[in-house]
Amino acid sequence: MTDGTPAIRLEHVSKAFGSFRVLDDVSLAIPRGEATVVLGRSGTGKSVMLKHVVGLLQPDAGRVFVGETDITALPPAALSKVRRQVGFLFQNAALFDSITVGENVAFPMRRHGDWPEQTVRERVAGKLAAVGLEHATDLMPSALSGGMRKRAGLARAMALDPMVLLVDEPSAGLDPVTSDEIDALLVRVKEERGTTLIVVTHNIPSARRIGDTLLFLHQGRVLARGTAAELERSEHPLVRQFMRSEAGG
Amino acid sequence: MLETLRHSVVSTLAGAGDASLFAGRALVAAFRPPFELKETARQIYEIGWRSLPLITASGFAVGVVLSMHTRASLERFGAEALIPAGLALALVRETGPLVTGLLISGRVGAGVGAELGAMKVTEQIDALEAVAVDSFKFLVVTRMVACMVAMPILTAVMNFTGIVGGWVAEAPISGMDFPVYFRTAFSSIQFTDYIPSALKTVVFGFIISITAAYLGVNTRGGTQGVGYAATRAVVVASILMIVANVVLVRLIFFIFPEAAG
Repeated sequence: MTDGTPAIRLEHVSKAFGSFRVLDDVSLAIPRGEATVVLGRSGTGKSVMLKHVVGLLQPDAGRVFVGETDITALPPAALSKVRRQVGFLFQNAALFDSITVGENVAFPMRRHGDWPEQTVRERVAGKLAAVGLEHATDLMPSALSGGMRKRAGLARAMALDPMVLLVDEPSAGLDPVTSDEIDALLVRVKEERGTTLIVVTHNIPSARRIGDTLLFLHQGRVLARGTAAELERSEHPLVRQFMRSEAGG
Repeated sequence: MLETLRHSVVSTLAGAGDASLFAGRALVAAFRPPFELKETARQIYEIGWRSLPLITASGFAVGVVLSMHTRASLERFGAEALIPAGLALALVRETGPLVTGLLISGRVGAGVGAELGAMKVTEQIDALEAVAVDSFKFLVVTRMVACMVAMPILTAVMNFTGIVGGWVAEAPISGMDFPVYFRTAFSSIQFTDYIPSALKTVVFGFIISITAAYLGVNTRGGTQGVGYAATRAVVVASILMIVANVVLVRLIFFIFPEAAG
């Protein structure tokens, strides 16, 4: 990947489930090293867009690029290589519940790293310490609170030091303090490692804290794009209303 | 009414076609690297080793009951000496494989259906893919291979404990020693009795694992869907296994005519 190339690029991506069109000719570029927050009402295709970026969903039309690689037509082995550069924090963390937190974080390292077991253990300890869960290595995911699960999920998503980190609803179901902590972690990841972030959220304060750029999706299209201040002054009443977290309209 | 019936038939056929493709894909994937040996070994432990108490206890009980029934029948003809051989033949040829299959379908089929279903609805399968792991190989192929390996071994255990159970039921009546009983039991069993029976259990293992995995990874609708997948896995696998048994017995008689004797 060369400098100047967007970390992620979508070209005319469309996706429908049955007769419901979720993404409608979406084109966008995510600059590397920046945090892009995707906003929008429920069901507007935010999570679907994230899943396209890591190849969990294939577009009906259009192309998705990770760096310079078009992942829409990649064979499984090549897609697997691309996925190692992309971390994904799922909405409910999606920790593997049959193994411990430490084993969850070690899982991608053991699969794809070439490290001796001692190094894996040290890296796991480091990743868990970075999210404040150094004491949770041997706990099962079922023993964790919602916020701890998110942080453990973040540690696993960061296990291979990915170039891009996709985050689906980091604040969902969390109290404001825990939500702030997760936001701070994400900002730190971006600033310390230069990781490109794409964060899907409904939480406007969270979006302001994390996002360099905010995208507003509506009915499968990008309705507005800009900084938080720019979106507040958007010509679209729906965007202004969303940014002010107002009901109705 | 007709429209509903047509829709039902079409969706059943579509599901059967989809499941067949799924099964074919799993068979092909089993021969292509990476082979996920560690996970396969873990599944053999989960499916095979952890089923041993169930199979041992059930085999013993089946042996006791079969022995009592066999005695009741053969006594009328004064052929009690044939009880060990009759029991062993019944166990090795039919009762052992089928009962093991049904028990494993209940324990493992429900377990795999529920586990994969829960992984599906909690996005753990997507998470596996996101960390660049082929979830189909890791979850489906490993369970299929493990079940196909474990089934013949579990069936052998079922047969052995069944014969032990038969002896326990028979010894107080006839006073026969276990070594004599054991020798008599196996004296009538030929090589052609073991091989088709073992192959049959491999097919049963394939049916159980693929049915459960297919229904698990296609789970929809949250926790209700998980329960539905687990229940359907047991029901569908049991029915398929019983139907397959009929076909396999015909096939065995065709390939090994001496097995019909």
